[in-house]
Amino acid sequence: MSQVIHKFTKRVPEWRPRVKPVVLEEATAEQLDALQVTPSNTKVSDYVLVLAHDVETLKVRSPLFNAIMYDKGGLSRAEREIGALGASVINRCIYCAAVHASRHAQLTKDESVTDLLFSEGESAKLEPRDQAIFDFAKALAKTPSEANASHVKALREAGLSELEILDLVLSSSLFGWANRLMHVLGDPVRRGDKS
Amino acid sequence: MESSTAVRYSSIPQDSALMEALQTRSNVLQLTQHAEDAVLKPEDCGGWSHSLRAALAVRIAVNNGLPELADHYASMISDDACKPVADTDNDGSAQNLTHVVAYMDSVAVSPRDVVDTDISELQQQGVSDADIVRLTELNAFMAYQVRLIAGLRILSEVPA
Repeated sequence: MSQVIHKFTKRVPEWRPRVKPVVLEEATAEQLDALQVTPSNTKVSDYVLVLAHDVETLKVRSPLFNAIMYDKGGLSRAEREIGALGASVINRCIYCAAVHASRHAQLTKDESVTDLLFSEGESAKLEPRDQAIFDFAKALAKTPSEANASHVKALREAGLSELEILDLVLSSSLFGWANRLMHVLGDPVRRGDKS
Repeated sequence: MESSTAVRYSSIPQDSALMEALQTRSNVLQLTQHAEDAVLKPEDCGGWSHSLRAALAVRIAVNNGLPELADHYASMISDDACKPVADTDNDGSAQNLTHVVAYMDSVAVSPRDVVDTDISELQQQGVSDADIVRLTELNAFMAYQVRLIAGLRILSEVPA
């Protein structure tokens, strides 16, 4: 049995599902459509094959995810990743944290912020704008939300516009969703160590 | 915008900077509404009826301190047999749903503490893998929606 990773890591793990993924050869036409499988594109991750069990949700979730993380204007893509990381740290989603730290590092061409997040965890001290974003994202990820007026004031003082703060609300909230799928329905394991 | 559950329960002042920002992201609000329909009222329900899904959504709204959102989902419960499941003091035993209620409460409130045996216990109770994914998507969508509303509310309380 392979080893499940319990500590945050910047090396992106593999994801081993706790339920059986849909078998591509047995997928319905609706599932194939949602999986965007075409003769030239037959590679689908286990994660997406697990989500294909609920095809109606998968079909709407993918465009929503892309709109929140990639639509133009508002908060920068790297700062949306900090929103995702704040939630992933609170929910201890090792896999999401690794993937989105890697995206942040690629977008900023700098690993120092995410290195700090991994070494210090929830209590990481960042530069003021990143700190305000990280703190708000963490507070919103709690159950119930602990985001309060002082978090919003800190974001405004750090220079975030209303649209940028809305984009942060969306990215942190979206990872309340993503973490509950990734962390609950599977385990992060070392690459090449999946079975 | 009026058809968005998140906007309806967030008390956002008209003509505010926040309302203007929401107009810019109206596509996100529309997709969010489609997601609400997909998890609450899917064509293929699997093992979980529309009424049971709504009752489970009420619990999550209550656990997140959003009674108005809880009322929104309570109004979707058409099967009286599902109504007790919406009560967070009920463990689901009278409805033979103890395992489902315990799983949903745990994923909603402390997802970081969910472990592999939480899933295997559902499997041992005869819940299919597809139905486990359906429950988890409902829960995960609700986690997103309650936080979107909490975020919009706190932004409305501290005007730009």
